Amino acid sequence: MLAIGLVLFTALLLLAITFLRRKSPAVLRRIEAFERLNRVVGLAVENGTRLHISLGRGNLFTSRGASALAGLAMLRRLAERTSMSDRPPIVTSGDASLSILSQDTLQAGYRAAGAEDQYRVSTGRLAGLTPFSYAAGTIPVTRDEMVSANVVIGDFGSESALLVEAADREDTHLVAASDNLSAQSILYASAQDPLIGEELFASGAYMGAGISHEASLQVQDVLRWLVIVAILGGAILKLLGINF
Amino acid sequence: MRVFTAAIAMVSGLIVLLGYFYPLDALTQLRIMLTDWSIIIAAMAVLVGIANLVFVQMDKIRRREKNSIYGALLVLSLIGTFGLGLVFGLDHQLMRLAVDAVIVPVESSLMAILAVTLVYASIRLLRRRADVMTVIFLLIALIFLVLMMPTPFGPVLGDGLNGFTLQILGMFSRGGARGLLIGIALGTLLTGIRVLFGIDRPYGGN
Repeated sequence: MLAIGLVLFTALLLLAITFLRRKSPAVLRRIEAFERLNRVVGLAVENGTRLHISLGRGNLFTSRGASALAGLAMLRRLAERTSMSDRPPIVTSGDASLSILSQDTLQAGYRAAGAEDQYRVSTGRLAGLTPFSYAAGTIPVTRDEMVSANVVIGDFGSESALLVEAADREDTHLVAASDNLSAQSILYASAQDPLIGEELFASGAYMGAGISHEASLQVQDVLRWLVIVAILGGAILKLLGINF
Repeated sequence: MRVFTAAIAMVSGLIVLLGYFYPLDALTQLRIMLTDWSIIIAAMAVLVGIANLVFVQMDKIRRREKNSIYGALLVLSLIGTFGLGLVFGLDHQLMRLAVDAVIVPVESSLMAILAVTLVYASIRLLRRRADVMTVIFLLIALIFLVLMMPTPFGPVLGDGLNGFTLQILGMFSRGGARGLLIGIALGTLLTGIRVLFGIDRPYGGN
């Protein structure tokens, strides 16, 4: 009952804030990684280099799929913004369903920008189905395809260190985010611009994916406060010896 | 067509969700059926993905791109193992040899490279981002490694102090990890709801 109540409350709050957001634009806190990414995307289009987006191995049938969906929202915006580039972005993923969705999203991005003829099926790739085969399939893209910036966003494990190392060796820019704790600690230690915790899910809002993404951030804030109140309340009740 | 795909996704998602919350017989049956269908679609997606992988590598070979020799090796290995699997079955010794003699050693080697990469990344971290958080991060990682290190003389700080220090450090680390996980869970919930109610539609060319 609590679970379905939470889902309904969240959905209603999201719809309400999305509706209210239409009237007043959101004010987002500054996240350096996104600011730098915006600059790098512009530069990549100008100097004719490529953007590489790696969506990880998030299986859409598990809860890990949410990070992949966040990556797809970002991909959609990046595809629109780089559709006029001489070299279209390349997307790699470690899950077959995700790679099909990435092709679909790329095509939709080009269509929205009025450049559907620029779309190539080969730009949305399945790199490998196991963690290390995925890393092994992704590293050559960074190395051989004139890539100037990498966006590594989604579900990764420790293999993310190899991707970061490859980007570093080629002296390319890298923005990285994962929903996996061990990958987050690795990215914190090795990436230029790591996104920590729920910043991964803010990518859509920061890349201008729409009002619903901005509203999502506000709903997350409301829910976070509710969780804090619940944790503190639970601790106080426990201290008072009240069990529930 | 786009409205149709969105409607199918929304209705399917809602049925599966309700099936989890209300274990009514009809809903559970429907949920299982939809899950079975999605598993079949996922299996087909693997075939499509592999076809895409072969297509991309063949394209590289055809255009004589840099390092396309590795692409050729990949395609040949893929055809070879696929053919062997079809002819002899997955349990045949040759198939097991392909896994034990090729895939496992290659992945182990990558794991070894990973360990070196991580040590190198930690060393470079201070050069890249020299701030308080970086120092705390490295210091705690180092203390954890030293305290958990097996030595011939037992724990480094002695049984009591070693355990106590690990417990104190673990308390802060677990708290931080839970905070991150709560944030990720909230993000996951919102992303799921956006897709479930058709606000985000990463399918059907939307």
